[in-house]
Order: sequence, then C-alpha cells, then structure tokens
Amino acid sequence: MSVLVDERTRLAVAGITGREGSFHTLNNRSYGTNVVGGVTPGKGGQDVEGIPVFDSWEQAMAESQPNTAMIFVPPRFAADSILEAAAAGVELVIAITEGIPAHDELRVYNTIKRDHPGTRLVGPNCPGILSPGKANVGIIPASFFKAGNVGVVSRSGTLTYQIGNEIAQAGFGCSTIVGIGGDPVPGSSFVDILELFEADEETELVVLSGEIGGSAEEEAAEYIAENMSKPVVAYIAGFTAPAGKQMGHAGAIVSGSAGTAAAKAQALEAKGVRVGRTPTEAAKIAVEVLGGASLSTS
Amino acid sequence: MDLLEYQGKQLFARHGLNVSDGKPVITVEDAVEAAAEVGYPVVVKAQVLIGGRGKAGGVKLAADEDELREHAGNILGMDIKGHTVRTLWIEHASDIASEYYASVLLDRSAKRPLVMFSVEGGVDIEEVAEKTPEKLIRHHVDPLTGLTHAEALRVASEGGADADVVEGVADALIALYEVWLQEDATLAEINPLIVTPEREVKALDSKISLDGNALYRHPENQGLSDRENEDPLERRAKEEGVQYVRLDGDIGILGNGAGLVMSTLDVVSQAGGAPANFLDAGGGSNAETIKQAVDLILANEAVKAVLVNIFAGITRCDQVALGLIGAFEQLGVGGKSIPFVVRLDGTNDVEGRRLLAEAALPNVHTAKTMNEAAEKVVALAAGQSVEAGAP
Repeated sequence: MSVLVDERTRLAVAGITGREGSFHTLNNRSYGTNVVGGVTPGKGGQDVEGIPVFDSWEQAMAESQPNTAMIFVPPRFAADSILEAAAAGVELVIAITEGIPAHDELRVYNTIKRDHPGTRLVGPNCPGILSPGKANVGIIPASFFKAGNVGVVSRSGTLTYQIGNEIAQAGFGCSTIVGIGGDPVPGSSFVDILELFEADEETELVVLSGEIGGSAEEEAAEYIAENMSKPVVAYIAGFTAPAGKQMGHAGAIVSGSAGTAAAKAQALEAKGVRVGRTPTEAAKIAVEVLGGASLSTS
Repeated sequence: MDLLEYQGKQLFARHGLNVSDGKPVITVEDAVEAAAEVGYPVVVKAQVLIGGRGKAGGVKLAADEDELREHAGNILGMDIKGHTVRTLWIEHASDIASEYYASVLLDRSAKRPLVMFSVEGGVDIEEVAEKTPEKLIRHHVDPLTGLTHAEALRVASEGGADADVVEGVADALIALYEVWLQEDATLAEINPLIVTPEREVKALDSKISLDGNALYRHPENQGLSDRENEDPLERRAKEEGVQYVRLDGDIGILGNGAGLVMSTLDVVSQAGGAPANFLDAGGGSNAETIKQAVDLILANEAVKAVLVNIFAGITRCDQVALGLIGAFEQLGVGGKSIPFVVRLDGTNDVEGRRLLAEAALPNVHTAKTMNEAAEKVVALAAGQSVEAGAP
C-alpha cells in the first residue's frame, strides 16, 4: 500500500509538449509510472515519445481513461486546465505550476468542492507525489527515497528531499511522499493527507514538514490529537522569518502575529507531536520512534 | 504587494466607494495647490507602509495655508520607523459622527473570502477581535456567487450599524468586495469607515494588499506600492526575478527551494549567527543564476561570510559549482576576502565537489551537512578560522 499514486496510476499530463512538461513526464515514465496521455490544446494527434497528445481532457478521458492528471501549464492557464480535468472525471489532479493567482485558486478549490466532489486536488506549487518503487508523479527526485513505512507530507520540495534523504540514510524508506505545495489555497491540506496515511496499512509513522503562514499546521495538530493512532513527527521552517515578508512561497508569510513558526511548533507540541528543531533532528526523532535508533550513525 | 493609502483610495474610488477629494503631492508648493483645490480644512497624511503614522506626527489637520505649509514641511522627509516620507496625501477634512471598520480578506483556513464589519472602528481591530469578539461580525462569502446585497445588509445590521446607514454600509461592503475581487487583492480594509453628520458613509483610510501572482492581469497596478522606500537590493532582486529578502545579520545565505532556505536561516540562527538575507535560487538553478545570486548577496555590505546550502533535486550540483567558480573569476569575489562555506548534496554532488576542489578557490570551505555548514559559517563570520574540510 501507499497513498494517492501507485501501480494503478494512469497518468495524463497537461503541458506535456512544453520543455519542462515533457522532461518530467518522461522522467516519471522511466521511473515506471504508467503515462497514458497528454493534453495540449491544438496539438491533438501528435505524440511525445509515443505518449498520445489530446486536445482536451474530455478527449483524453474518452481515449485513454487517465485517473490522475498532472498540471504543468503556465499559471494563467492552470486554473482552467485543473477544472477541465476535474470535469472530465479525473480522480486525482496534481498541480505543479507555481504562480497561480490566489483568486484563481479560490475559484478552483470551491468549484471542485461544489461540482466535482469525486476529484482531489494536490498542489498547486507542489513537487508532486512519489510512492517509491511504484509511481512518481511530479518533480521529486526519486533517487533520494526508497520504499518503506514512513509517510511524508510537506509544504516544501527541497526540505522534503533533505528530510527524506536523512531517513533513507538511517535505513528507512517511505510509503509515499506528498508535496501539498506552498500556496495560500492548497487543494489538499495537511489534514487531508494525514487522513490518508492514517488509513494506509503500510504507513507506520508520518513526518509533517510545515512552514510559516496560514494555520494548516495548527489544524493538523488538532486532527492528530483527535484522529491519529500513528505517531507524527514534525518540522517547521521559518523561525527567523520577519513579519510581513513573503519567504519565497506565496503562502509563506507571517501576517501580523499570525502564522509564526513558534506558534505552529507550540500548537503541535501541545498535542503531543514531537517537533525537530532542525531537519536533521526531525529525521532523527522519526528514526528513533521507528525503533531504528541503533542504525543511526551518530 | 502593499499599497499606500492614496493608491488604495484611488482603487476605492474606481469601484464606487466614497472617499474624500484629495491629491498625492511631493512638495510643499504642490500641497498648497492641492489644498486650494480640495478646500480647507485639509488633512495632511504621510504616505508610508507602516502603522502608527498618527502617533509619529505624520497626520495633521490644517485650517489654512500657513498651517498647511508648516505641517507639510515638517512631515515631508520625516522618518517614520525607518520609512522616509516622500509623498503626502492632502484631502478635505471630514466631519465624523461614527467610526466603523470593514474589510474583505482571503481566509486561508476556510478557503473562502471573509467579510468583517464592526462599529468599533478607528482602533486596532486585532484588539477588538481579542477583547470584544462579539463586536466584530465575520461573514464567509461563497466565492462562486460573490457577496449579495441581502448578505451585505445582514452583516451591516447584525454588526450594529445605525439604522439609517445600514443601506449605505451595505453598499460600501459590496464595493469593497468588488475592489478585493476585481483587483485581485488578498486584503482590502477600511479603518475607519466613517459616517458623517450628513449620514454619508465614507472610507477615511485604506489598506490593500494585491496578489503579486495576479499582476499580469492588472498592468495599471504594476507601478504601485512604495517604490522609493523599497530596499534597493530587494527591488533589484525583484527585477532580476530572484526571491530575495534582506535581513539584519551578516551571513549571506544562498539555497535552493523556499523551505530549505527558511530552514537554513533557522539553523544558522541556532548556531549563533545572524542571516543577512533569504535567497532562493529556485528549483532549476543553473550556473548563471548562481553567479547572479552571489553578486546580489555580496552587494549587501554587511555580509561577512556566505553559506551556500544546496540540496539538489532538479538543480545539479555541478552547475552550482560552475556558478560559484564563475562568480569568483568574473566578479572578483576572491579579492573581497569574504569566506564561503559550501554544502552540496543531491544530484551530481560528487561532480560538483570535484569541480570545486579542482578550482581551489581562495577562502572557500566545504561542509558535509547543513548543521556543520552553519557552524562553520558562524565561526568564519565571527573572524575565527575553521578547518577547510575535505571536499
């Protein structure tokens, strides 16, 4: 088991004919992901290294039945592409695109909720989802991870690689790594993914990597206390971030006194979640909880 | 992107909100002319992106030209918490019967727009929310239908607006929602929203944040904000498309990925150092972007040492190494005797470390882990020597 992507994934990619889109699609395919199509309006009938390209999501659905969509189109077209994939009945839409206007994200989130309740959106502005040994959808470098029983959910890409790699070096692997993205209105929040990990038989422990801005970590803390039987280890980035400054991610901003790293770490610790002060410490705690302290190199 | 008061008011007026006649000016003479046009008494208001203008003496009432000249002369050039006043807003003074509060913002938790209204305006609204939450009406709007007239009326009357202005407040709320929606704002706030003795509902101040990601569809808003008071390095970074935030310390930071860079700042602080900046070179950074980033970091004269922390996914460590070598050769970094600590991990890390070792750049130290790198750079910034470390 694992969550969201695996051997049953049938992936189609919006923006497959672009430079980045084709590069990562082919990367995903060589990892073993079943890529069944691409969508680029006006380029239907072409193919990318044998992957058929369709003009629309509706057509892609009729011809090759994808159950997963990856969105790689520029920000101004991304909202429509996500909604088109949802309308065509794709169950899981993973939006990699960075820079989508927040109002578009609001419209997308609420439209999916109202009109396409069977579709789950992950992202935008996320690195994608990797289930080691099964499927990789997105831009996560698979070589840093191996299969195992740690679930990872994170708002940041490179930070996930850092933590995942340290866990791998200690001899542990991951069930699934889910990047939920750094934007203010993510399609899936920590709570949505924690719920999946809690239900996943393979996952024994979850590493949650959060950052400043919003209140998703605080909501996760509540959820963990009330609904999770599995241990969760957390890391929060941005203790030194000044208020009012956007730190790279559109959603990473302390507004007034709200959304600070300290408040998030406190909220998690108050609910019994251990929070590492550094990525290394978070990985160490995870390894210790898994009973692998003896494998640690330090 | 935060707007100055007058820029916000101009957006308000464009969407049908009542604001007083006024003009932005940058000289005393222009202020005199503006005041004659809008009519005395006038309010002279410093235009800076920082709270507490009034307490700092940046907002004054002028009954005639003499007073105006005195106040305008005093406020122009005034320093308010590090912001130099370069622009004044001159507007006709309003008579005030009541001060309300209204705002529309993106509620990240509910993933809906949130309309807030209170009859306790003109004060710090966070304090109202904390001490008397019943006096702050919070209403979530379905973004797919927008704020309806019926909803706006309910918010105004439940919030306790005087009966004869409920309609006027509702109109103001709808106009404010339109500002928020049409201009791609993340926050549109009026504090205070006043009621005049003539029972007119009017925005006496404005606070607007626009979504930088949506500016492409608002070319007319692109030149806004407080350009003159922007940090010159942050402005340059923006023009170059680099994610850079200036901080108070002396250790330059270069990393890839927003989360990893935030984390690097934290780890350096924990090691006793003070970061000079946040700089995210991005996921797919190449040699050229790395060189550009080094140039930007060293343009801050406070920088005494630099930490390069790369965990490469799409980025390739060999490209990072080539960028650093290029920076040393072409930008004369070596001559500045600023020590660098470089941690390369991930894609092509072996090749990257080999390139760095071969180049034998002066004053460049390597580290295996993020923690080790942080400790080394903190020591170097403090003028201590460290072991070079085997690449």
